Amino acid sequence: MINKDLVIIGGGPAGLSAAKLAAESGLSSLIVERDFKLGGQLVKQTHMFFGSEKQYAKTRGIDIAKILVDDVLKYPEMVEVMTDTTVVGLYEDKVITLLHNDEYIKVQSKAIIIATGASEKVLAFPNNDLPGIYGAGAVQTLMNVNGVLPGNDVVMVGSGNIGLIVSYQLMQAGVNVKCVIEASSSIGGYKVHASKLKRLGVDILTSHSVKRANGTEALESIVISKLDENWDYIEGTEKTIEVDSLCISVGLSPLSSLLSMIGVDMKYVSSLGGLVPYIDSHHETSVKDVYVAGDVCGVEEASSAIVEGYLTGLIVASSLGFKHENYDELYRDFKAQLENLRSGPFGEKTREGLQEIARNHDVK
Amino acid sequence: MRITEHPILTFEKKAKLQFVFDGNEVYGYEGDTIASALHAMGVKKLSHSIHLKRPRGFYCAIGNCASCNMIVDEKPNVRTCVTLLKEGMVVKTQLNKGDLYD
Ligand SMILES: Cc1cc2nc3c(=O)[nH]c(=O)nc-3n(C[C@H](O)[C@H](O)[C@H](O)COP(=O)(O)OP(=O)(O)OC[C@H]3O[C@@H](n4cnc5c(N)ncnc54)[C@H](O)[C@@H]3O)c2cc1C
Ligand code: FES
Repeated sequence: MINKDLVIIGGGPAGLSAAKLAAESGLSSLIVERDFKLGGQLVKQTHMFFGSEKQYAKTRGIDIAKILVDDVLKYPEMVEVMTDTTVVGLYEDKVITLLHNDEYIKVQSKAIIIATGASEKVLAFPNNDLPGIYGAGAVQTLMNVNGVLPGNDVVMVGSGNIGLIVSYQLMQAGVNVKCVIEASSSIGGYKVHASKLKRLGVDILTSHSVKRANGTEALESIVISKLDENWDYIEGTEKTIEVDSLCISVGLSPLSSLLSMIGVDMKYVSSLGGLVPYIDSHHETSVKDVYVAGDVCGVEEASSAIVEGYLTGLIVASSLGFKHENYDELYRDFKAQLENLRSGPFGEKTREGLQEIARNHDVK
Repeated sequence: MRITEHPILTFEKKAKLQFVFDGNEVYGYEGDTIASALHAMGVKKLSHSIHLKRPRGFYCAIGNCASCNMIVDEKPNVRTCVTLLKEGMVVKTQLNKGDLYD
């Protein structure tokens, strides 16, 4: 058994930021990441981010990933990184089982920060499992990280920011985006992203969804249909579109299964993307010394994941006796940044969701 | 199909890596995952559903959905979307839940 003060599960923006603030406070940590590189979802995002300067707005996601990774590599004695390593088991006494190169490794930690992010949702329709039907983020990885195209002709399902951004990036890579379809009666994402696509001649069909996919070994075509106000298909409005790729971008859901393993109190909150843990103002779950940060406790954005990471790293270090010399100032600053990010109409659902999981009962 | 020109990214040609896919000698490039190398060759079918044997390709690319599981160097259930390609790998399409291996 290996002993650690702090294990951070997930090396995305939230996990990296937590490690940085823990190190600045004097606390060592181990980051465990199942991919072969650090950076989480950011490593494939070639677009410039929104938000404020503090969270690297106007910088491309791939470059933000580099900044965050460099930030932790500055502390080689304090932050240990294990990539290509998946956390497969978690126990209430804070023993963690890691799988690395076919070997199980057990680690006993004093505190744990779970920052496993979120995964893309699927959509139910006949033949939705055909090869050629992908999560939009997966296609983004294939194109922007591996430099491989998903196919020649694609339809995007979902007009949220991810659907719109990935459609644009598909066009940039030379793929023909035949249209974007959206079940709701209005476009979900920001107007700037939608306008960019429209300028390239891509139609965004609202009140439309996929009725079925066709193909034997791989996707060959899809049938789309108009929806009425109850999101039921309108008979007679079906249209067949020949495509070799279909991207599904209908939201993300938190990767919270590790939390369920140790009996953390959870709740299904649809505005946060799915099953999320109850947390207190310190991001501690109902199991003592088990904390969460980033999309795993509510799907938001990289900007909020970064600040939640900083905040949680700062707090956990202090709880283990490593109080940052500017603790109070930083604590106030991070809290204010989060409040700011969630202000305004776009943050309303998040604010309501977070109220639902605010924990006020005692920890186990 | 590989991207050759891109307004933001540059994809320099990297070293070729030879590997075996279902008995055929094929190749990918350094930095490829097994799934991306196969995809670049036009191979989209990576696994099969367990009962109905329906073809499956990759879906999440983050190692979460098991839709890309293949047999790699005799080991079944390898998530090929998060496994880097290595020279000489032997990759096979998987048709069952996976057998025990040494
Ligand atoms: C297409 C797209 C566009 C986006 N655009 C923007 C934008 O413009 N602005 C913005 O602010 N945000 C944007 N986002 C959102 C942003 O990327 C995420 O909110 C952010 O990455 C969440 O950070 P995280 O650290 O919580 O999770 P992630 O980035 O998902 O990182 C989690 C990490 O945990 C690892 N992990 C998971 N399970 C395990 C396990 N069991 N063991 C070990 N490791 C594990 C994963 O491999 C991953 O690396 C976008 C997202 C997408 C998909
Ligand atoms: S595509 Fe989902 S695990 Fe590989």
